Amino acid sequence: MTVSQIDEEVAKLLELKVQLGGDEGRHQFTLKTAKGTRDYNPKQMAIREKVFNTIISCFKRHGAENIDTPVFELKETLTGKYGEDSKLIYDLKDQGGELLSLRYDLTVPFARYLAMNKVTNIKRYHIAKVYRRDNPAMTRGRYREFYQCDFDIAGQYDPMIPDAECLKIVHEILSELELGDFRIKVNDRRILDGMFAVCGVPDDKFRTICSTVDKLDKMSWEDVRSEMVKEKGLSEEAADQIGQYVSLQGGMDLAERLLQDAKMSQSKQACAGLTDMKQLFSYLQLFQVTDKVVFDLSLARGLDYYTGVIYEAILTQTGPVPKAEEGVSVGSVAGGGRYDGLVGMFDPKGRKVPCVGVSIGIERVFSIMEQKAEASAEKVRTTETQVMVASAQKNLLEERLRLTAELWNAGIKAEVMYKKNPKLLSQLQHCEDSGIPLVAILGEQELKDGVVKLRTVHSREEIDVSRAKLVEEIKRRTSDV
Amino acid sequence: MINLGMASLRLYAGLVGCRSGSCARSLRTLSGMTVSQIDEEVAKLLELKVQLGGDEGRHQFTLKTAKGTRDYNPKQMAIREKVFNTIISCFKRHGAENIDTPVFELKETLTGKYGEDSKLIYDLKDQGGELLSLRYDLTVPFARYLAMNKVTNIKRYHIAKVYRRDNPAMTRGRYREFYQCDFDIAGQYDPMIPDAECLKIVHEILSELELGDFRIKVNDRRILDGMFAVCGVPDDKFRTICSTVDKLDKMSWEDVRSEMVKEKGLSEEAADQIGQYVSLQGGMDLAERLLQDAKMSQSKQACAGLTDMKQLFSYLQLFQVTDKVVFDLSLARGLDYYTGVIYEAILTQTGPVPVAAAQNGAGEKAEEGVSVGSVAGGGRYDGLVGMFDPKGRKVPCVGVSIGIERVFSIMEQKAEVRKGDGRETLCG
Repeated sequence: MTVSQIDEEVAKLLELKVQLGGDEGRHQFTLKTAKGTRDYNPKQMAIREKVFNTIISCFKRHGAENIDTPVFELKETLTGKYGEDSKLIYDLKDQGGELLSLRYDLTVPFARYLAMNKVTNIKRYHIAKVYRRDNPAMTRGRYREFYQCDFDIAGQYDPMIPDAECLKIVHEILSELELGDFRIKVNDRRILDGMFAVCGVPDDKFRTICSTVDKLDKMSWEDVRSEMVKEKGLSEEAADQIGQYVSLQGGMDLAERLLQDAKMSQSKQACAGLTDMKQLFSYLQLFQVTDKVVFDLSLARGLDYYTGVIYEAILTQTGPVPKAEEGVSVGSVAGGGRYDGLVGMFDPKGRKVPCVGVSIGIERVFSIMEQKAEASAEKVRTTETQVMVASAQKNLLEERLRLTAELWNAGIKAEVMYKKNPKLLSQLQHCEDSGIPLVAILGEQELKDGVVKLRTVHSREEIDVSRAKLVEEIKRRTSDV
Repeated sequence: MINLGMASLRLYAGLVGCRSGSCARSLRTLSGMTVSQIDEEVAKLLELKVQLGGDEGRHQFTLKTAKGTRDYNPKQMAIREKVFNTIISCFKRHGAENIDTPVFELKETLTGKYGEDSKLIYDLKDQGGELLSLRYDLTVPFARYLAMNKVTNIKRYHIAKVYRRDNPAMTRGRYREFYQCDFDIAGQYDPMIPDAECLKIVHEILSELELGDFRIKVNDRRILDGMFAVCGVPDDKFRTICSTVDKLDKMSWEDVRSEMVKEKGLSEEAADQIGQYVSLQGGMDLAERLLQDAKMSQSKQACAGLTDMKQLFSYLQLFQVTDKVVFDLSLARGLDYYTGVIYEAILTQTGPVPVAAAQNGAGEKAEEGVSVGSVAGGGRYDGLVGMFDPKGRKVPCVGVSIGIERVFSIMEQKAEVRKGDGRETLCG
């Protein structure tokens, strides 16, 4: 039997199953979302919209284009790209067609897009959800479906300029979101690898030791050293030598010092990374962001595909409520780096397209903003309605509908109650609950006089406005706000 | 156990020996196969596939998106952003809130909600956890959200992608991943007011998007069912006859009549009586006339629907949208869960470039298998949330779904046309 014959038979059997009523036997009430996923209610969506607007404005300020890709890729596209994390990929059921998997990040789809469309230069952002079957015991509180917000620059350019722009963007976004103080740690894969080499780490252990060093943001050095020696089989000498370096932090000065370091300078790779690090800092000075950026030798970052500079932004205070249970570096809100080899893995001729980018940890940002909203007295509005069209008297539904349509036609955001004879009090209560600032009240006498009572909800002040001037008056008042 | 073994043997014998069509026949003659037997067979076949090297034998550069899906490049995204902004402004103008739900639901949540279309649902692989499926629309997740959060009143919009494993042979060009743009009002209110607001919203959106002239057809499930009853359609044939009547937007009456009589077993008299009604279109006047119609007025259901239709039109007049709305007795709409008013908006011209022209690839939309100009549809569905609530508590709902992909397609064509004849510097 060939693979396609098997596919055909499977498809027929599945159809037969549907005819038999398939899995439809159990009729229970399923009132939950899938594990690790959640709905966003209107308040959360309002916060989310504000955050996206801030971030997208920043991306646009820097000339980025926007793309979108499908939620699932061919399984083969994702195979071999995520190392140990591959087991966290959600697969789709084999229903007789192509084997598919849900995207794990936005970077691999981006590389596939570049290769597929033979794009050599692009500056793009992409905001979308990604999927990871995290083991809940290990990462309590982490979602399996979550937003990623990526910005990447692809193309062959003079070194470190686009890398510096990515960091400038992170700095701008974190400043504008007002999440409190932050730091951006930078390092370089070549410096790390060079450091491992001169410390005596065997080549074949580089990646696995790198994973362990990456845990320094949540584990102590003792525990990290212990894992390197006991679990990963590294010699104690090598571990200690690593220990000397990973405690170092600084700026351009540290890069200069390490270039002079007797051991480190033996590695050509490390020297290349250190030279670029100096260049990076000179650009960061011109971009005026060095106040928050620190060259930190302990930064490792999990993913295999980074080839050059790597960075991670953390919040230094967590605001009013500490987020202790996240299981990730408590304050991490963004991360990224350079990955020059990824697109080449997709291109049939192996043509390389160098890339550098950053991913904003949106879920963390949402979480912080939600907490701030809870703590603050100010209500988050879930609608943008400007006017409620109301009446205190009976039998005025037609008039209310007529006026509401006039307001909509003039572009004014208006609501009307879906009741023939609502009580004025309920209409006013709705305004209080939703934060609607104005009420246009109709009455028999007002209709005769050709006016509408316009009431300001919070002050309860009312004035009569002529029907003809109502739209103008509402627009004037709502633009002041 | 022995029977199971025998069944397997028969199945394998049938498969190994055959080439093409004979396989299908041997499957159909196998009566008595249970669901779990099928599961077993499928699992065995899939293992065999893996042994053969399955789909992993080919280590080629995978430079394609999954079948039925596509990337959006920056130009398309720019168009998409404009379209969304227009639509969302309209929703906000009407005081709608926004929600979002996960891309997959528990398989059980989606089970039993889509009738014949259930086979088009994408399932996730059983990886040892809950059984999951990708959402098929935004309406069932909405009903689940309402029941789960015990929400009784909400006016919400939701714009997101949905997933359907359409059979490519039948629906060439139709995407398997596509955007839906839904607006729904849930809650117990005085009749027809929210229903009228939905229609006002469709009218505003289609006008602002400048897609050309359009019409919004309205009808009512109760009027349809009442009509079927008085025309002599047996109760158990209502839904299936309804599906056939639904095809009037793409098939001629002769073909529809033929399907009703020959395939669905309806009597010719009943078919002819239906034929008299489904050709009728009008406004409030038509509803009034039908309330006086000797036959139609015998159905209480139809009368309720017709009375509400008159009320609807009176509100539409106040909303100033009756110029584009027509009460059309041939409108049926596929989905089972509608309980009251139903509507569908169609474009009456397709703009400067006829959609049938296939040159820029957007001609795919002509073969959609849906009414060529259809850009929005919806209706009232009062029973859906009750299916999710453990106590069966009902939350009446009415809503509309904008056919965003069709709108993108038209806007993309318009952009091409403007570029193509070199007028881009003159046009805005």
